[in-house]
Amino acid sequence: MSLRPVLQSGKFVVTSEVGPPKGTNLEHVIEESKLLGPMVDGINVTDIQAAAMRLGSMATCHLIKDIGCEPVLQMVCRDRNRLALQSDLLSAWVLGIENVLCLTGDHPTLGDHKGAKPVYDLDSVHLLKVAKGLNEGHDMMGNELEGKPDFCLGAVVTPGGNPLDMQIMKLEKKVEAGAEFIQTQAVYDVNLFADFMDKVSHIQVPILAGIVLLKSAGMARYMNNNVAGVTVPDELIKRMAAAGEADKAAKAEGKKGGNQVAVSVEIAAELINGFKPLCRGIHLMPLGWGHHVPKVLKAAGL
Amino acid sequence: MTISEPKSLEEILGTIEGQDKLFLVGCSDCATVVQVGGEDQLKEMAAKLAEHGKTVTGMLVAEPGCHLLGLRKEFRAHRQEIDAADAMLIMSCGTGAQTAAQATDKPVHAATNTLFLGCVERFGQFREYCSACGNCTLEQTGYICSVTRCSKGLQNGPCGGTTAEGKCEINPETDCGWLLIYNKLKEQGNLDALKSYAAPKEALVHPGQRTLSREGKEE
Repeated sequence: MSLRPVLQSGKFVVTSEVGPPKGTNLEHVIEESKLLGPMVDGINVTDIQAAAMRLGSMATCHLIKDIGCEPVLQMVCRDRNRLALQSDLLSAWVLGIENVLCLTGDHPTLGDHKGAKPVYDLDSVHLLKVAKGLNEGHDMMGNELEGKPDFCLGAVVTPGGNPLDMQIMKLEKKVEAGAEFIQTQAVYDVNLFADFMDKVSHIQVPILAGIVLLKSAGMARYMNNNVAGVTVPDELIKRMAAAGEADKAAKAEGKKGGNQVAVSVEIAAELINGFKPLCRGIHLMPLGWGHHVPKVLKAAGL
Repeated sequence: MTISEPKSLEEILGTIEGQDKLFLVGCSDCATVVQVGGEDQLKEMAAKLAEHGKTVTGMLVAEPGCHLLGLRKEFRAHRQEIDAADAMLIMSCGTGAQTAAQATDKPVHAATNTLFLGCVERFGQFREYCSACGNCTLEQTGYICSVTRCSKGLQNGPCGGTTAEGKCEINPETDCGWLLIYNKLKEQGNLDALKSYAAPKEALVHPGQRTLSREGKEE
């Protein structure tokens, strides 16, 4: 079952994310997916995230579908031209993948193969329009397809983008092009998100608020310095830092820590409860902390 | 203007190994402005080559180095110096190096790497403005090219990588092209121009090697 009926049902939608490994050992991804699958409505599988070469999203989506998860294929415009993008969409459909999140894709210079040729033959708006065209039974040149997919298409937006108007203009184009749901970049400020939701009240498709689990104060500071459009407020950094100190002290005494995990879970649950009245769901990005997601959902009462 | 930068002397010496007599070719246009293949750079190169035991048989600042018929004529005027050389060192751009290779039977070696088509913003400062994509859409983007100024060449607006300082996340020195476009159109009261869908560009307007024949306009 694709995400579409869930999105249309009006329930509060929860999606999460797994990242394929660099290599062929899928043990961790399968384990995480088995754990999360029954608790969430969909699991995004990233597409060569951060431009660091790794196992593909399509194969991973197919494998987690086989164990009962509802995969959301992330597809970026960085690595494939229009022929390969369309062909891969058709391939994904025959492998049982029914949801696609269309993204621009991080630039190769941010990854581990900095000399890779950036493709960007299509942009994310084009990709949505092209995928919608495939759903309608034709390729982007208007040639008729023999058998067609029926993807539920998603897009992204950065609520902390500056200027926000510029982000919203692109979001409007994405919805016009065929996006049926929106997952946002990570947000750590309920007021900022409320302001964003106010400005996109004319957008009719479900918006799922993005949450990246904080692992440490250092990670939060790193995101503030390096991830455009993401700001972790000082107050949250302080809480993570205090938990980090407590973990360090516990470790010195030979005791089990767990304070950072506990505070991270607490923060995520607070954010979820803050976002819940404002939007149609949340999208969790645990970045390897998938095994802590059940605690987050429990703490948030989901 | 074609913007090039010099190859390292080490790389150049590697390419001319075994060829001790050289004829140097610069260009009076771009390479002179960019200071890779003007008269001064040719003289500097001659001095460096002399330090490495090479002999420069002569030099020419072509006017310009990318004009095939003109270059043949200039080479004829320098026939003796060229005949005395084992090879030519071309200090203009990639087009200049290949034009020279067409215009002579001598081996040629490029002394530069060609980077982009650019504007001279001020003395010694160059910036890429046009990617020669063959599908100009400047009219829709406030005369700031989204293909060139956006690091990803996006056509329908920015990605999520605009930093708080208005730069591109891939490089703190690079402005976000879409922010420049947005600000320009906002200033002109024309933000609506951004709302219309921009269709994908055709990668190859003229498939194969790009050529242009302007009938009746040629020499």
